[in-house]
Formats: sequence, C-alpha cells, structure tokens
Amino acid sequence: MSERSTSPLWEVFIRPARGTSHVHVGSLHAADAALALQNARDLYTRRSEGLSIWVVPSDQVVASSPDEKDAFFAPAGDKPYRHPTFYEIPDGVEHL
Amino acid sequence: MTTELSAPTADIADYAIRLGDDALILAQRLSEWSANSPEIEEDVALLNIALDLLGQARSLLAYGGGFTERSEDELAYQREERSFTNVQLAELENGNFADTMVRQLLFSAYQLPLYTALQASADQQLAAVAAKAVKEVTYHVEHAATWVVRLGDGTELSHDRCQAALEAVWPYHHELFADDELAGRIAEAGVGPLPSSLRARWQDLVLPVLGEATLTVPVDGWRPSGGRAGLHTQPFGYLLAELQHLHRSHPGAAW
Repeated sequence: MSERSTSPLWEVFIRPARGTSHVHVGSLHAADAALALQNARDLYTRRSEGLSIWVVPSDQVVASSPDEKDAFFAPAGDKPYRHPTFYEIPDGVEHL
Repeated sequence: MTTELSAPTADIADYAIRLGDDALILAQRLSEWSANSPEIEEDVALLNIALDLLGQARSLLAYGGGFTERSEDELAYQREERSFTNVQLAELENGNFADTMVRQLLFSAYQLPLYTALQASADQQLAAVAAKAVKEVTYHVEHAATWVVRLGDGTELSHDRCQAALEAVWPYHHELFADDELAGRIAEAGVGPLPSSLRARWQDLVLPVLGEATLTVPVDGWRPSGGRAGLHTQPFGYLLAELQHLHRSHPGAAW
C-alpha cells in the first residue's frame, strides 16, 4: 500500500436547498476536478442531500492558524455594540 | 396512452426478463469490486452503479416474472445458466480497472439509448422503469467516460492497459445490437426499440470518448453471441454459483 501514490485531496461543499449556502461536508481524494465532483456526488449526495456541489483543492484553502486565535478572534469578544441587539429601539420608530 | 398491447404477454415477459438479466448480472459483477477498488471513493462509485442496476433488475424481473407468477427472487436465484438471457458483455470478468471501465462504457452507452427509446413504450410499466433508469444511466456513461479518457490519455502504462481492455471487450458489443425474432416482435408492437436501431446513438456516445482517450478503435472481427439464447461464457457459472448459493442452501433466507 505504501508505494501507491494517492490522489490530491479536495474539500467538498454542498448546498442542500435553494436559497441556502454551500456548507462544508468533508473531503475526498480524486485525480482531478471532474473526478472530484463525481466522487463528491457519489459520497455525499446519495441520500438526496444536495442540489449543488463545490469542490476545492485542499491545498488552495488558506486557513487561519490556531496559534493566532487570540489575535484574530478575542478582540471581538468585548465589543457587544457590534451586535444589533445592543441598541434599544426608541419609542415611536415603526417598521423596524 | 393505450393499455391494450398488440404484443403477446409472453413476449413482454421474456423481453423484460432479458433486460433485467443484463442489469442483474452486471450488478453482480460490479459488486465484486466492493472493498477492492483502487480508492475508497471509487469503491462507493462502482457500488452505486451496481445498486442502480440492481434496482432496474428488480423492477424488470418482478414485472417480467409476474406474467408467469414467478417472483424476482425465483428468477434470480432458481434459474439455471441456460435460462439466463443476458448479453455476454454483462457477464465478462472484471479484469483490471481499465477492463471494468471499458466494459461499463460500452454497456451503459447501450442502455442509455435503449431506455431513452423505451420511455415511449406502448407498455406503461416498461416506460416507467425506463424513465427512472435513464437518469441513472446518463451518469453511468459519464462516469465510465471520465475514467476511460483518463486511463487512455494517462500514462503509457494506463494507455496500454486501456487499449488492451478495449481490444478484449470490443467484440462483445456486437451482441447488444443483434436483432432476433423476439426483438422483432417487440419492436413491431411498439413495446421496445429494435436493438440494431440503437447502434448509431451508441457510436455517437462511445467513439468521441475513445478519440479523446487516444485509443484506437479495434478492427471488427470475431463477434461472440448467444447470450440472449442462454449461451454463456465459462466464468458465468461461477458468477451464478456465488449469486445463488446462499438462497439455494437456505431457501427463503432473509436478513
């Protein structure tokens, strides 16, 4: 087994219904993009899970590093005024 | 749609069973790839195709057997080799991956125009089976074509193996388009297309794929046939043994 070279890895995104967005569902091996789509169809939509499939080469995904977690995400933690629910709606404002 | 058929029911039964046998036997062959495919992704893909074919086989055999009060299980598990009327192409051994993919391309490219035409059958049951199957088979053709192109136009080794597979499997495609008396009566009654009428569409599907795969179309010579009359290749008996032995050892076994 070890001498066998494996095909590249692809990330699979499925859109389950009209109006929803593509959601990451997993990954798979495939030699190229067309086969990745077919494999995704066979592996991830055999129980009618989707209407649309995206496949993306895994090495093309740029990910944030776990080491940068604090610098990236912690500063947003104490800024509740970024949520719309922070603001009270004045009396008399209609249609909001 | 008319419900009165001009073909005798015995003909419709035999016709449904012959198409069902094609699907059943190829499904059994493809199932042998289970846990043996080059990649786990392809394992699922091949078994999906096998399950599609098995579903077609069940519908067709249940319908064909119904005319003589035989269940789909009786037809699948209790007939002898000479009673199976599948084409020999469907029973060919899997060989290597290229052999399997070339066989699939040649077979699915036959099923696609067959089921497309069968959608307009005077027999509503056959038309309904075909309407469901045509979508499945469209994908089978696409999957097989994708692989044949990659194997044929891949490395020198994969090209040579794919060309060898094509040479080995090619002679068996002629039987797909051989007309016989039953097929003639079925076509005359508007129940199903004449096999020979499907060849042009088959060529339109297959030849461009072979071209893109840089494969050479074999020279026509030997034309094995006889499957429709119950004559089969030597390995067919082993396939049937594996298919039938559980049911024959434990009649009515269910799980």
